[in-house]
Amino acid sequence: METVLAMLTGLLVAAGAYLMLSGNLVRYILGLALLSNAANLVIFGAGRLTKANPPLIPEGMKEPLEGAANALPQALILTAIVIGFGLFCFALALAYRAYYALGTARMDSMRIAEPREDS
Amino acid sequence: MTDPTSYKAGLWRFVPATVQAILFGFFCTYLAPVSGGQIFDYVYPWVPALGIEAAFRVDALSLLFALLITGIGAICFLYAASYFEADRRLKRLLTLMSLFAAAMLGLVLADDAITLFVAWEMTTLTSFLLVGFDHQKERARYSAQQALLITGIGGLALMAGLILMGEAAGTYRISEMGDLTNAPMYLVILLFIFIGAFTKSAQFPFHFWLPGAMAAPTPVSAYLHSATMVKAGVYLIARLSPQLGGTDIWIWTLTLVGAATMVVASFWALRQTDLKLMLAWTTLMGLGALMMGLGGGSYYAVGGALTFIVVHAFYKAALFLTVGLLDKGAGTREADQLSGLRRAMPRAFIIAMLAGASMAGLPPFVGFIGKELIYEGALQSPVQGIFAATASLIASALMIAAAGMVAIGPFFGEQKSPKEAPKDPSPLMWVGPGLLAVGGLLLGLFPQGLDALITQMTQTVRGEYGAPEVKLWHGVNTALFLSLLTFALGALFYRYLRAIQGSLIIEERRVPDSDRVYDILLNAMKNTAAWTARTVQDGRMMSYLRVTFITLGLMVWAAIFAGEGQVATLELDIPLFHWVIVAITAACTITILFTGSRLIAIAALGGVGAAIAVIFVLYSAIDVAMTQLLVEILIVAFVAIAFIKLPRAGTGALRIGDAIVASVLGLGVTFGMLAVQGADIALDVTEFFEQASYPEAAGRNVVNVILVDFRALDTLGEVAVVVIAGIAALAALRAGKRIKE
Repeated sequence: METVLAMLTGLLVAAGAYLMLSGNLVRYILGLALLSNAANLVIFGAGRLTKANPPLIPEGMKEPLEGAANALPQALILTAIVIGFGLFCFALALAYRAYYALGTARMDSMRIAEPREDS
Repeated sequence: MTDPTSYKAGLWRFVPATVQAILFGFFCTYLAPVSGGQIFDYVYPWVPALGIEAAFRVDALSLLFALLITGIGAICFLYAASYFEADRRLKRLLTLMSLFAAAMLGLVLADDAITLFVAWEMTTLTSFLLVGFDHQKERARYSAQQALLITGIGGLALMAGLILMGEAAGTYRISEMGDLTNAPMYLVILLFIFIGAFTKSAQFPFHFWLPGAMAAPTPVSAYLHSATMVKAGVYLIARLSPQLGGTDIWIWTLTLVGAATMVVASFWALRQTDLKLMLAWTTLMGLGALMMGLGGGSYYAVGGALTFIVVHAFYKAALFLTVGLLDKGAGTREADQLSGLRRAMPRAFIIAMLAGASMAGLPPFVGFIGKELIYEGALQSPVQGIFAATASLIASALMIAAAGMVAIGPFFGEQKSPKEAPKDPSPLMWVGPGLLAVGGLLLGLFPQGLDALITQMTQTVRGEYGAPEVKLWHGVNTALFLSLLTFALGALFYRYLRAIQGSLIIEERRVPDSDRVYDILLNAMKNTAAWTARTVQDGRMMSYLRVTFITLGLMVWAAIFAGEGQVATLELDIPLFHWVIVAITAACTITILFTGSRLIAIAALGGVGAAIAVIFVLYSAIDVAMTQLLVEILIVAFVAIAFIKLPRAGTGALRIGDAIVASVLGLGVTFGMLAVQGADIALDVTEFFEQASYPEAAGRNVVNVILVDFRALDTLGEVAVVVIAGIAALAALRAGKRIKE
């Protein structure tokens, strides 16, 4: 599964990057969501995959079963998902605001901070 | 009723001059022991971790400079106090000049290379502020900026040179560095040190900032740009002679640069009609002579140069201040408009005559001794003797003509001046230059006091024993004949001054103007900067994003090639159900790419999130899956709400370039993950959590225990981030909405 996951993650990254590069706010938002998912999968894959053996400690034992899944990346991904969620919500609000304030969803036309020199 | 515009500074205006005078007295107490060969070290820790100390050393070389700085400082401060007594900016002037004096003292007394550099930069900065003192004038601002840029670049080079020296020697104490001429980086060090010294001391081809710096008020010009700061480069060369000197490249660079500066400057001095500018050019000539002397290998050359430092400080400061007297008393500094003032301004006349005689090198003034020693030194230099002597001869003869311009021109002939009744300004103004002028005569008559100090200095610079004798009469020798020849030539030059000026004015149009070259370079730099900014920072967000993704992709690929991980064997043997989930994820992702419909895109985004949650479940990450699902539901909901208000996206044409960038990055991530999976994994931390989870935190879900116990602070931070993002999002959404009243 590691190999397949790596390919899937690559696809998500490529699609995310391509969408973000489109220059359109709506597609940028979609790309950001894909990229955020891909980042989590990278961490997940780096910690190795374990089928059907979650890092839980059964009753009467002091450690998880032999061969339990790696708990550390899971904890990191949990944090990452939530942070990514916060970031995404903020980006979404900002995109919405930018569209209404500037009247365009084309990102290259948003040049308040760095206006064109010839205009 | 007092007129609000009239202003007269209080007695405080004499405080800085008094401070300088006291410091001068303090340094005088060192004179006897230092002349006897004693050296005083004062070392305080500064940045011990880097081996940087605030180390100061009083030896003959630094003492002479300290005496010049404080002595001429006292005179110039006193002069400034009355020159600007009716000017509200006097406080600023005296503050800046005092700061400069402190920095300059630090520069010459420093024994630690870094201390020296810091003081060096402080003199550059204070000089910038003083040149730009009349900041309402565009010319002053331009000159100040030019001086800052030129000497600032030199300062950077100096820093590089000093650090290289410190690293090569293993210490930053200059006195402990030893001979570095065999250091592997010697040539680089030399280049940097030379750039530093030549920019500061206005050597050809960096000379042009100094005449520009004459935009500063006269007392400042007399102090900084004649007596002290411009000698810092000379001081540096003298100070570092034991470490770097004596090689062929050292001798020839200093000789050629010094000679070029000397001859070019003395010609252009005659071209000037503004007496102050004329003096500025003769200062350049003096600095060139000093550089050339220090480059000459013999004791005479070095000793002559060191003597000339004193000589020059005396007559040049006196003449600068005299020009200030003329400016105040007769109303102009233009040579053409001044003549016959000897009866109207007798004191200025006497000072100008005394100082001018020293400048022309007439006996029995100290200028004569200086010139004799320079000739003697040039003649005794091993290789470049004839060359140095010829350059000295031409320059000295031109100097005589220049001395005539300032000492004879304004005072003889028919009385003429812009002011109706020219008269000497107040005694406070002429007493200082008077002291300097008389001092030049006394030192010439009684050079014994100077002799001991010069001997010590020469040894400091040469690093071994031996020194010329500083005395008035050296007997009948070649140097004396050269002196006589100089006088004859000089008289001739003065006689035909008008003709020389005329031809120089014609020449001036043909020679490329340094200022022009400077402007062209400066504009080229500005244009390059603007071009770079336009190219790199073109204001289009897509460019920035593209650069970011390209950089990221390259870094991932670089990591793959540099890393140890081997790409693991491809393992595609997974249950069909897993294939289905992966296929759904991929299909949803591709759908988002190609759909033009917002609704389908949102649905596909939800599909991706849900399918990934299933992958988490299948591979033992239950908590992650739960969170993923919840977050994904919220995201889909939010996006749906937002997209109602946002326009259709459309898919647009295929963008090949972006597709390549995205593919390179995506493939990089794939291969990077494969490489990571092919490498060994360290499970120490995981094992710690597995073992400690139940005994220490009494939790059976290891992931939860990590989050809420071992990394509780992280989780708190994470919650805070979400709250802040929420608040910020709310602010963004409500901004611009009017509050209903």
